[in-house]
Amino acid sequence: MFNGRDVISISDFDRNEIERILDFSERMVPVAKGDRYADPLKGKILATLFFEPSTRTRLSFESAMNRLGGRVLGFAEPKGTSLAKGETLADTVRMAAAYSDVIVLRHPREGSARLAAKYSEKPVINGGDGAGQHPTQTLLDLFTIRQDKGKLDGLNVAILGDLKYGRTVHSLSMALTNFDTKIHLVSPKELRAPREVVNHLKERGTEVSEVADLEGVLDQVDVLYVTRIQKERFPDPMEYQRIAGMYRVDEELISPYPDLTIMHPLPRVNEIAPDVDILPQARYFNQAFNGVPVRMALLALVTGMAEALGEEAGEEVAR
Amino acid sequence: MKDMKVQPIVDGTVIDHIPPGKALLVFRVIKPLVPEASVSILINTISKKEKKKDILKVEGLALGSGDVDKVALFAPNATINIIENYSVVDKFKVKLPEMVKGFIRCANPNCISNQNEPVEPEFRVVSGQPVVLRCLYCEREMSDLSKFMKR
Ligand SMILES: [Zn+2]
Repeated sequence: MFNGRDVISISDFDRNEIERILDFSERMVPVAKGDRYADPLKGKILATLFFEPSTRTRLSFESAMNRLGGRVLGFAEPKGTSLAKGETLADTVRMAAAYSDVIVLRHPREGSARLAAKYSEKPVINGGDGAGQHPTQTLLDLFTIRQDKGKLDGLNVAILGDLKYGRTVHSLSMALTNFDTKIHLVSPKELRAPREVVNHLKERGTEVSEVADLEGVLDQVDVLYVTRIQKERFPDPMEYQRIAGMYRVDEELISPYPDLTIMHPLPRVNEIAPDVDILPQARYFNQAFNGVPVRMALLALVTGMAEALGEEAGEEVAR
Repeated sequence: MKDMKVQPIVDGTVIDHIPPGKALLVFRVIKPLVPEASVSILINTISKKEKKKDILKVEGLALGSGDVDKVALFAPNATINIIENYSVVDKFKVKLPEMVKGFIRCANPNCISNQNEPVEPEFRVVSGQPVVLRCLYCEREMSDLSKFMKR
């Protein structure tokens, strides 16, 4: 089912496949924490091709590969690589495929992971392509929600922030359409989600509400997913200050909602006040950690090593 | 036949019912199929129903349905008449293809298919009227295709 498969866009996976990835990720948690040792990827090499820097994504993939006993080679930025000398991505990827068993690609252009997969004989995992897809982020988001709520069905999820440009938001909301969730899109009207995105969600049978008022939705939602509102989107700095202030999540705002799960893809600027960090609702640091078990699961699945371990052996690895 | 402004063709293909003003776009779509053929184009001609339309005639070449289906991107109601010895021997409507490859580039300037990579842009046709394409690479949707014809 997963052996040799590319991970390019969350929409390439159906509900059943997403659940299998999340189940396997759960088994990886003790290994990711270092409580258990397992090396099913011993002798395997991951190539990390980062054509733009992303420390968080790269380190969590490297940690994932190392935890599974594999090795990593690659580059963290294009400076000094053959790309800087004008080599095509197609050629770079063919070369990397020859030196490794699986490739993670981060690239500033949309669609580059799909292109890479076309030229690579080894599975390609998309680590973010421009404003396009970032499926491993979405999977770790789903994993975090499921871990905290025990389920993905029957939930109300609010997504807050820059819904116009935020790719995290688009792919998370698309992924949620596989489940029985209601999505509340919360943003200033300048940063509302593109019509195309909202229509897709509705076509997939998902109930969607779009609101500007954050406080008004808090008593209806189980999960509040906060994203950054970027200063660059506002020509007028005063306007940015006003909007950013309206959507700031702080202790006073959320303390009436003890069961709320607050998430953020990080890094944050000031959309979540530091006084929230110590509250039980704050799940974003745990979410960041979850990048490791989820990426471990993907690495093991696409290299065929998870299937080689078998279900029982998989249990063995985890316990 | 006396009001015909262009000579009827002996053998070949007539693409009829092209929306007025779209014949040149249709020509650009089929040009690779008919590099040497003599082609005549009628723009804003008046149909029997007194409506304006464009017509395109290709001499000496019978175009097959798979070849001309992409014409539907600009002329969804076009009909193809295959002419042999001055008479119509086959007539069919174009139908929108599921995939489009090659002659349109992605509207997203940051799409990898618009960079110096060895790939042809490729699209899935997601809706017919109006025509909307989704890029297989960046997954963005685009309409207004005439602005993005490749040279
Ligand atoms: Zn594209």
